[in-house]
Amino acid sequence: MAECSVSFTVNGRIQSVTVPPMKRLLDVLREDLNLTGTKEGCGEGECGACAVLLNDELVNSCLVPVRDASGARICTIEGVPAAGQLHRLQQAFIEAGAAQCGICTPGMIMAGLQLLSRCPHPTLEEIREGLSGNLCRCTGYMRIFEAIQNVAQSSE
Amino acid sequence: MYSKSMEPRIVGTAVPRKEAAAKVTGTAQYVDDVSLPGMLHGVTVRSGHPRALIRHIHFGDGIPWHEFTIVTARDIPGRNIVTLIFDDQPFLADGEINHPEEPVLLLAHENKDMVRRARQHVFIDYDPLPAIFDIDEALQAKTIIWGEDNVFKRYCIEKGDVDAVWSQADFIVEGEYSTEAQEQLYIEPQGMLATWDPETGITVRGSMQCPFYVQKALMPLFNLPAEKVRVIQQETGGAFGGKEEYPSMIAGHAALLAWKSGRPVKMIYDREEDMAATTKRHPSRTRHRTAVSRDGRLLAMDIEFIIDGGAYATLSSVVLSRGTIHAAGPYRCDNIRVRSTAVATNTPPHGAFRGFGAPQSLFAIERHMNKVARTLGLTPEEFRRRNFLRQGDSTATGQLIKQPLDLARLQQRALQLAGYADKLERFSRLNREGTRKKGIGFSTFMHGAGFTGSGERHLQSVVHLEARADGTVCVLSSMTEMGQGTNTILAQIAAEALGTSYEQVQVLRPDTAQVPNSGPTVASRTAMVIGRLVQSAALSLKEKLLQAALLQPGYTPEQFQSACREYICSIGPLKTSAQYEEPPGVHWDDEKYRGEAYGAFSWAVHVAEVTVDTVTGEIQLDDFVALQEVGRVLNPVLARGQIEGGVAQAIGYALYEKVVWRDGGMANNQMTNYIMPTAMDLPPIRVYFEEIPYEHGAMGAKGIGELPMDGPAPAILNAVENALGISFCHIPLLPEDVLSELSVAREAALDLAGSVV
Ligand code: FES
Ligand code: FES
Repeated sequence: MAECSVSFTVNGRIQSVTVPPMKRLLDVLREDLNLTGTKEGCGEGECGACAVLLNDELVNSCLVPVRDASGARICTIEGVPAAGQLHRLQQAFIEAGAAQCGICTPGMIMAGLQLLSRCPHPTLEEIREGLSGNLCRCTGYMRIFEAIQNVAQSSE
Repeated sequence: MYSKSMEPRIVGTAVPRKEAAAKVTGTAQYVDDVSLPGMLHGVTVRSGHPRALIRHIHFGDGIPWHEFTIVTARDIPGRNIVTLIFDDQPFLADGEINHPEEPVLLLAHENKDMVRRARQHVFIDYDPLPAIFDIDEALQAKTIIWGEDNVFKRYCIEKGDVDAVWSQADFIVEGEYSTEAQEQLYIEPQGMLATWDPETGITVRGSMQCPFYVQKALMPLFNLPAEKVRVIQQETGGAFGGKEEYPSMIAGHAALLAWKSGRPVKMIYDREEDMAATTKRHPSRTRHRTAVSRDGRLLAMDIEFIIDGGAYATLSSVVLSRGTIHAAGPYRCDNIRVRSTAVATNTPPHGAFRGFGAPQSLFAIERHMNKVARTLGLTPEEFRRRNFLRQGDSTATGQLIKQPLDLARLQQRALQLAGYADKLERFSRLNREGTRKKGIGFSTFMHGAGFTGSGERHLQSVVHLEARADGTVCVLSSMTEMGQGTNTILAQIAAEALGTSYEQVQVLRPDTAQVPNSGPTVASRTAMVIGRLVQSAALSLKEKLLQAALLQPGYTPEQFQSACREYICSIGPLKTSAQYEEPPGVHWDDEKYRGEAYGAFSWAVHVAEVTVDTVTGEIQLDDFVALQEVGRVLNPVLARGQIEGGVAQAIGYALYEKVVWRDGGMANNQMTNYIMPTAMDLPPIRVYFEEIPYEHGAMGAKGIGELPMDGPAPAILNAVENALGISFCHIPLLPEDVLSELSVAREAALDLAGSVV
């Protein structure tokens, strides 16, 4: 398969990779850029474990061929802490017990961040809606809702 | 032992999860996050046939086969058996196929895409054999696929004399209940990474619950001693029982490829393979025949409980045991008989899944108790109230309830929290009109913690504690963290008992080269049994410091740390251990299945509120109350999260998750068509605890992990019955099932109206 060179920004840094154009963004992040915080749960766009922000939109990176990310601004879980400090949503996840096995957590946090950026004070319904593409088998979601609500409240 | 005089500082508080920061930053290392130089990727070629003899394997054109490492049964250096309970399941099929996902051949290549493609180009010719797919076919035994009669195991519990009662009963109520398979659906698929070194042997790291099970399975596979099989747990992305036994299979496969190729081999299942090939919850069928008196007393309970174990015995006998012991529910009755059977079918083996047989048999009893109540003209709560086990009573196996137990009060509190009485009244009014019917229902149940009967005695679990020169203390055990909170609660218990701070206790990641065997991480045993050992080891470590006069009573955590440092400097290593000792008065008869089945039971009442749309058949959950008595709660946030997660999983079991079978294989092995609850589907899950410290548990704790899986399904179906007046006896209950019963009911009503005219 012919390879092509693709450039984009990941967590504020310009990156170039030479890979098959249909290689999944998920695999490029994990294998070529060694950003293994983004997880694979299903590979078919159902679980959201692979969620990243692409030009501020929440996408499942297992469904994105890398060539479609050319020139894009990508944010992964590795880019969430600022200046070595946990983001307050990450802190809220810890306090509320929102991460159990942790495999859904990076994707959940990306979904939560995206929700809070477009809707800083979401209702419970909006939170449910915002997380509906991210499956968690451990928590029953209640602790995750609480973490997001806590962040929303503290920013009032 | 936890005593009132010592106010706990750490146990009972919501300290943050030990590995929380690694998880929220994405730095926690799951097996697929680890790569080694020169690593190959391994895949499994599976049978695709439910039952057959292998005639010939050939390799298709267009694949550079010489670049691949290929392993078949013939390559196996040791025994081709996955060591567990019965020696029946091979690592790789050797001539004979018993289910459609049976591994036949292994491939490895350094290119992941290439190896996946190559898998499609291995062709196996078969001579098909007749296969069987359900409990009835297995019992009919026209085709024998396992042993002499397709039966893995039978149990019979007898208490009193059931047959002497029927003639004296005012009512005899019969019912049949069934449950289907359920997929664990941990979000991290199974995977292993194996290396081989002629000097040091095999090392595997991966996603698992029980490192020593894996080690025990790999030793005979390679004819290697324990010190040459090292098993390391990576961060594990959920397990729920699904990573109890199957990891031995994958570890064996990855290790065989590593041994043959001489290179590290990573084997990660994709979602489809994981869902199709790995174990699921056993399908079940339960029949009840119950004798009651006019005043609502249980006189006799005759129960038949059957589970479908799939093609190999794996853990079916143990799952059956737990289901059997829980089958009579939390009720007192002098005459109980439970006859149970685990049968073989040509599907992939069913295995451990949170609850382990109990959700199946408790679903049956908790639906059946409502039916008996209705027959008697009593409310379900009043009928239960008259029959609850109390302190001093004995269970089906004759176990005396020694702990304080007041289920009537627990039931009353749960119903109050749910606003039960009010809602019953309001719903019956509301339901007279409209197409959306509301209902409320509940279940009362228990779950035994720890291994059954003499199991814990046989395990002889050991835990070590070791102080480091910097004053921190390390807990060494084989208990795995898979999201349930092992690291955190064991550290809390140790810190509490030592008098040091939570931050100063580390819990080592299980690695068979470094930790003692504390048994498997299953059966709600971590907190109650292993936590207790951590507590004892901690007390002896503290004792050493006190005896060396390095500490005075009333010391601070800082003084504790400097005492550790001083001890190590001036005296030497500071290490203690503890081994399981059976609490006094525990007797268990494995033959008759009588005695103390569990060290302790946790008890619960769950209340579900539903709205059923009679046009679409959809069932929506509006509210869920989970009240439980689990001994002392070690960490309120973790405990709450575990209950919420268990309830969510059980809601899936009741209403969403259906495995569609085709010729013994799972046809809907994708997250797109096997549906688990999303954030949109769940009601508020309201969690409440009662805490009665259990004297033999760690700081008073009992088991908690499995309990929430047991109660929601019957509570929900009881609520649906309340909404519609239709009694459903099978889960999952899908909208199409509701619609078809509604149309039957409508026709019956029309017939009735016709005949009246
Ligand atoms: S891995 Fe991408 S959605 Fe599941
Ligand atoms: S925490 Fe395990 S899947 Fe969400």
